[in-house]
Amino acid sequence: MAAIESTLTPETATSSPALAALPGRTRDLVPGAIILAFIAMALPVIGSVPTWITLTVAALAMGMMLFIMASGLTLVFGLMDVMNLGHAAFVAVGAYTATLLVGPLRHLLESPSVWASLAAIVAVIAFAMVVTAALGWVYERLFIKPVYGDHLKQILITIGSMIVIEQLVLVIFGANQMLLPLPEAVRGSFLFGDVAIERYRLVAVVVGVVVFIGLTLLLNRTRVGLLIRAGVENRAMVEALGYRIRGIFVGVFVAGSALAGLGGVMWAFYREQFTVAIGAEVLVQMLIIVIIGGLGSVTGCFAGAMLIALSTNYVSFLLPDLALVSNILVMMVVLLWRPQGLYPVHKH
Amino acid sequence: MLTRLLSGDFPRSRMLSTLLLLILLYLATAPFLFSGARSLNVAATVCVFIVLVASFDLLLGYCGVVSFAHAMFYGIGAYGVAIAMYKMGPTWTAMATGAAAAIAVSVLLSFLIALISLRVKAIFYTMMTLAFGAAFGALVMRLSGITGGDDGRTFRLPEVLTPAFRVFEEPVLGTAINGRVLTYYLIFFVSAALFLLMLRVVNSRFGRVLEAIRENDFRAEAIGYRTLYYRIAINCLAAALATCAGILMALWLRYVGPQTTVGFNVMLNILLMAVIGGLGTVYGAVLGAVLFIVAENYLQSLMGGLSGSLSSVPLLAKLFHPDRWMLWFGLVFVLSVYFFPSGIVGKLRTALPGSKGLR
Repeated sequence: MAAIESTLTPETATSSPALAALPGRTRDLVPGAIILAFIAMALPVIGSVPTWITLTVAALAMGMMLFIMASGLTLVFGLMDVMNLGHAAFVAVGAYTATLLVGPLRHLLESPSVWASLAAIVAVIAFAMVVTAALGWVYERLFIKPVYGDHLKQILITIGSMIVIEQLVLVIFGANQMLLPLPEAVRGSFLFGDVAIERYRLVAVVVGVVVFIGLTLLLNRTRVGLLIRAGVENRAMVEALGYRIRGIFVGVFVAGSALAGLGGVMWAFYREQFTVAIGAEVLVQMLIIVIIGGLGSVTGCFAGAMLIALSTNYVSFLLPDLALVSNILVMMVVLLWRPQGLYPVHKH
Repeated sequence: MLTRLLSGDFPRSRMLSTLLLLILLYLATAPFLFSGARSLNVAATVCVFIVLVASFDLLLGYCGVVSFAHAMFYGIGAYGVAIAMYKMGPTWTAMATGAAAAIAVSVLLSFLIALISLRVKAIFYTMMTLAFGAAFGALVMRLSGITGGDDGRTFRLPEVLTPAFRVFEEPVLGTAINGRVLTYYLIFFVSAALFLLMLRVVNSRFGRVLEAIRENDFRAEAIGYRTLYYRIAINCLAAALATCAGILMALWLRYVGPQTTVGFNVMLNILLMAVIGGLGTVYGAVLGAVLFIVAENYLQSLMGGLSGSLSSVPLLAKLFHPDRWMLWFGLVFVLSVYFFPSGIVGKLRTALPGSKGLR
């Protein structure tokens, strides 16, 4: 990255008056309004305000976790045009590595102090992210590099590698169900009158918001982000300007894998017990989110995750049989409205 | 005669012909060759999966799209027959009604999915089919009033096809010819007919257009073929054939459950068989299915022995644990996508130019 920075001219690095005159990016608030309208519309259908609030908060938390897991997928697809179906395996690896720290961090996990619990969660997340990032680096070299630009082979290879990684996880950890107990202080719920809100859901919302803001700032306010966005829009041009796009590719892939690991930890804490299928179970939802968000768009991924989580939660409360079917309905409606997704990414 | 039967598409490799003949011989004589329910079970599964994998090959090998909804159509077939016979009793009418309804539903559904998702890039189609397959699987699990939920449905067959029915009083060649053997031969002949039908399809003018679309859809369109029509047609055909495979499997097992029909693992197995066998050849399905199902049934015991003898080496013993056989198949799958994109059949045919598998 140092080489990249040194080649940037001062004009682009500092904000000059000329830049201010350029037309700014138009903010598209319609999808956000639709999500709010969706939440509001659910109230009369559900009928009870406390249930509605509980469901909505639960959906927000679930949406945040789905967003974290799917954001890596959409970044990798947007920049590299690689649909990594093996992403689900990284979620599983993140969840499994988290269980490794349950023993060493026992006193932190069992302490009643909120700060100790949060410290434990942060430590587990950091560990899992390092492991999945390292795995992502190896994975990119082994599996993805030979099949750049060939979608059919990518689908086959990444599905195959998902099987291999899942089986290796089973070799290392055994086939039993895994347990990841929630830290003591984030168990239970807060009660506001009739409304019960699980504490861990608030943690999930905070982590999700931090990731979303962090990614948005990284992509929109830093040089690296500028290069990534430029790479998404026009890879050849970025290369022609002298940047090594390959290095950015690998960096984004590693970051995407680490995000999958983070999502895996959050999801595993939420579930508390899981099997190796923890990632594959949400793969379909992740793909739907990436599609309706607009392939490659982080904002779209966030909005899509919220829509999917809200529809899943509301529908599984009203008609439990049709939760996944409702996701597909949402996808079809969104694609009829905006065939390129909520926030289309313009590619050249 | 043979040319007509195989639609002029010969195996084009001496080794491949030998293997195929051996497999045909094995499947044709399976009830007499080995005794025991398990070996007959393996043979019947092989027959069904040859049809299923070959129909998947119509999409992946001849159309160049990965469909993750194929197990769904297979499941529709199995559930169609099972539900019909469960509700209407063990009659031939029920069987025919269930089969016809299942095929109709499959064709309609595949038409809709194709219409929505085939206009766009291949990767989009893959994701859409994955979503539909998963939703269908969840629906099957949830609608337990109709499908039996997680437990599935057990049903009875017409009396002629039950084990208690005897064709001859005396055993023939050491095997009692009962309804089970009749069911096996029903499956065998229907599978063979469907297989030959698929050979006919891919070697027709229609099949050539499909290959043209796979190689370069833009050029095919420019020549004047409506590529979307062809793609939708092959999708419906493949779905109908997968449904037939599901019907046959349900008849054989006399049971239908979510894990064995609509689960994601079934879809993965189909994909593995198709790619390892060889894409775009139809014959690849035969080799892939035989290899996979034989491995599924016998490799595990082999690995169990190996794991036992390695029990002193901690990690190796776990790597060769019988439950981890999918690890080795997954590795073979990945390696074959890299190094033998045309699968076993393509490898056996490399002496002869002109056969292309996956690009």
